[in-house]
Amino acid sequence: MSQPPLSLISVNNVSKHFPLPDGKGEFTVLDGVSLTVQPGEVVALLGRSGSGKSTLLRIMSGLIRPSQGAVESNGEPLRGANPNLAMVFQSFALLPWLTVQDNVELGLAARHVERSERRERALNAIDIVGLDGFESAYPKELSGGMKQRVGFARAFVLEPEVLFMDEPFSALDVLTAENLRGEIDDLWNAGMFPSKSILIVTHNIEEAVYLADRVVILGSKPGRIRGELPINLPRPHDRSHPRFKVLVDYIYGAMTNPDIEVSGVIDGGGPEPSAARSKVSPFARPLPHVRVGGISGLLELIVEKGEEIDDIPVLAERLQLSVDDLLPLLDAAAMLGFAQVANGDVRLTPIGRDFATTTILRSKDLFRQQAMEHIPVLNSIVHTLREKTNGAMRSDFFMGIWDDYFPLEEAERQLATAVDWGRYGELFEYDASEGRLYLPS
Amino acid sequence: MKPLPLPEALRRASFGLPDLAVILGVLTLLGLIAHVGSGAMVSFRPPDVSPSISLDPRNLPEYAGRSTLRMFIALGFSTLFTLIYGSIAAHNRRAERLLVPLLDILQSVPVLGFLSITVTGFIALFPGSLLGLEAASIFAIFTSQVWNMTFSFYQSLRTVPKELIEATTLYRLSRWQRFTRLEVPSAAIPLLWNAMMSFGGGWFFVAASEAISVLNQDYTLPGIGSYVAAAVAAQDLAALGWAIGMMVVVILLVDQLFWRPLVAWSDKFRLEQSSSGDAPQSWVYDLLTSARIPSLLAQSLTPAIEALDRLMSALLGRVGDDPAETEPPGGDRLYNLLLLLGIGAVLTWLVHFVLVTVGVTEVATAFRLGIFTLLRVTVLLLLATLIWTPIGVAIGFNPRLARLLQPLVQLLASFPANFIFPFATVFFIRTHVSIDWGSILLMALGAQWYILFNSIAGAQTIPSDLREMADDMGLSGVQRWRKLVIPGIFSAWVTGGVTASGGAWNASIVSEVVSWGGTTLTANGLGAYIAQATSEGDWPRIALGIGMMSVFVVSINRLLWRPLYDLAERKYQL
Repeated sequence: MSQPPLSLISVNNVSKHFPLPDGKGEFTVLDGVSLTVQPGEVVALLGRSGSGKSTLLRIMSGLIRPSQGAVESNGEPLRGANPNLAMVFQSFALLPWLTVQDNVELGLAARHVERSERRERALNAIDIVGLDGFESAYPKELSGGMKQRVGFARAFVLEPEVLFMDEPFSALDVLTAENLRGEIDDLWNAGMFPSKSILIVTHNIEEAVYLADRVVILGSKPGRIRGELPINLPRPHDRSHPRFKVLVDYIYGAMTNPDIEVSGVIDGGGPEPSAARSKVSPFARPLPHVRVGGISGLLELIVEKGEEIDDIPVLAERLQLSVDDLLPLLDAAAMLGFAQVANGDVRLTPIGRDFATTTILRSKDLFRQQAMEHIPVLNSIVHTLREKTNGAMRSDFFMGIWDDYFPLEEAERQLATAVDWGRYGELFEYDASEGRLYLPS
Repeated sequence: MKPLPLPEALRRASFGLPDLAVILGVLTLLGLIAHVGSGAMVSFRPPDVSPSISLDPRNLPEYAGRSTLRMFIALGFSTLFTLIYGSIAAHNRRAERLLVPLLDILQSVPVLGFLSITVTGFIALFPGSLLGLEAASIFAIFTSQVWNMTFSFYQSLRTVPKELIEATTLYRLSRWQRFTRLEVPSAAIPLLWNAMMSFGGGWFFVAASEAISVLNQDYTLPGIGSYVAAAVAAQDLAALGWAIGMMVVVILLVDQLFWRPLVAWSDKFRLEQSSSGDAPQSWVYDLLTSARIPSLLAQSLTPAIEALDRLMSALLGRVGDDPAETEPPGGDRLYNLLLLLGIGAVLTWLVHFVLVTVGVTEVATAFRLGIFTLLRVTVLLLLATLIWTPIGVAIGFNPRLARLLQPLVQLLASFPANFIFPFATVFFIRTHVSIDWGSILLMALGAQWYILFNSIAGAQTIPSDLREMADDMGLSGVQRWRKLVIPGIFSAWVTGGVTASGGAWNASIVSEVVSWGGTTLTANGLGAYIAQATSEGDWPRIALGIGMMSVFVVSINRLLWRPLYDLAERKYQL
């Protein structure tokens, strides 16, 4: 047997907790995550917001330290920022007061590379990303796509062992992202890529299947690895290949249903739901952060299509919505009993169809009825308010309960979403200046 | 690969008029500094040998030059202090817990009250030379500028975008490289604006610190401030007029030759990644960039800068090397204990000071006088708001007028109000107006412009579609003000109010005691209390006065301005 290849970066049973406000214990972002990056592979970390995928990336890069578990780089324990990698950021993270050339030279200057050598290597990297002629431009003179090219050049020039990409294309418009993604893939496939491996964090399923050799799916709250899928397609990955579609459907199915197990075994039918959720406090179950108008808008679009069932990847493509925009809407529709989501498909329920097509007054009635029945947290708030003789309660009271389950920022967002839904359904009202929830008179 | 230097650089390689202008400008500047600076070395043995001030207007440019030099030296020290203090406060968690509250208090201490302490200290430090007085004056200007600048820098360091910090860490920049390539550039614009405002306010302290009597001893430092003091003693209105004219010229020159170019240059440090519509312009900056010498100079300095970069990087270490993991676990507890001990010692000393050194009745007197000054500051703010807010809003809503008047208001805000005091004093004496009321006007002469300035700025931020909506809805008069204008300018008004209030408290020290020739008018107030204690050299009462005023200012900031600020942030953010 041949020696197993030495891993470039590995994390072993890593967890990360952040303290909750007011010393109410801890909020777990990552729980027992193990992952390795081998030489010569492209790994995609795929997860919805809240899955801790960016946190995992930052732990692997040495930017933050895990609460538990070990991080190794080339078999050595990692201390401080990992010198063997470079990162491409979602927001580009270019220094606006430096020219393209100086931005690309940044990492070389930090390593005190000789000035002439620095210039030469930077010009070479700028050439690779196709920005020849823009050396003396400032970032603010460039379009988004060109800025990210500078971001890539800045990483390439260091010839890191592993290139980390943190949602590198999600700040770009669709066409620019497609173009740049293709070019990066071409570089990799041509064997001209300046690093041995790539680790990309994304929430775009197609992007993950297109670029990666291996897709690792993260689950949310707390972030953990649900499973991984080998892509097993010839590079470059052909989007029209049947397996490509099966993979995308499978992942959509997995991501729309947080309770199913990702086995990696694809039989076409998609993963099966596992045991039902155990009983928990109504406040522990997070509301998806969407507006009611968004839900009904989505349902209307599905109704207009005229078909019983809509394929989620096709729907996402048609609406040009990213997973992080679309899935919370589907979650909300499913929670409210307006739709059923299974195997990468969405199907409207009769009530959902009614909700999408009726008048605004009737749709409010339907929403109120469904919310009281299916959304325990709204039900609980209304009952609490009814208990009070004046029908009013400080929002701090509810914030205190959310605080037990979420970090402060998330707890605030939960309140904001609950208020939005409650107001729409005329379940309760909210006075922002007094911070009070009260029953409508 | 590109040939170096780039062709477009070669095309403008010839020396031209811009270069000639730059050479002449630099030589003139050096000559002036050498000439003016040599004045600080003259012999000075009070009370026998002390420089005298001539009221001949021909001497004014030199006096103004010496005052300006003091301002720039103070600015240099302020900047250095800001960069060091701000960096430490932002990067060291333990230091932050001590340094930031300290900064908050220092910001509220009346600078003028310090003078007496520093003058005696610095004279002792440089015996037989005017350098002691110079240093005391520069220190007074320094303390008036530095806290604002430091706070601004600290705030900027705390708000550097997270991904930029991560990028500099991952790309393994040294602490020095992070400081020079990320932190200073991203803090540059707010720091520069703050320095500009503080510098404008500094003229007031130049004027107040050049001629001062401490311990029944008059100290005079040649400069435009002592020229005004001499003119007041000689009751010479014409000389005062010359001084005011000179001051206007100096402020305009400094603005055109120093601040404008800096503002135009600093535009590249804007953090937004897109280019903004109208970049600030400066003819001096254009001259410097079109000349060849500055870029040649920069090129020849490159090796030196790189060497410095290596040296400082080696000294300060790398960003990613996390010292937190090697800290002993008990360190925090020890640090807290030390902090508590320190606070306890200060409190004990304070109690001893109140009960034994000055006595409770004296504290009560100072408090009562503080209430008088508080009432004056309150009346001033109310009047200034009633008068200047409508005017400011009218100007702000009219873009053409705003463009025309804003530089004028800026000039007025940085013009040292104490140059006008003598005219007001003559007026009070002639019309028998009590200084108890008159001092309100004196304090307002400096403070009111902040209200006006911020009202204009606030009105400009109200979007025009909101104003059109108000017209469309038929909102007018009181309704329009209540629904649109007041909420719209509230944030800006709070900013102006804090600045005006702080300025008025400081100004009370020179506003509540004024003189013209042999006549001295003294008001009932904490400012007059401090001024008198200073001239008598009564240390406990000086300390009590300064302490009491700091308590007043800090309490008002905490109880009034901070809640208003929060309200503005929460509710009236446009």
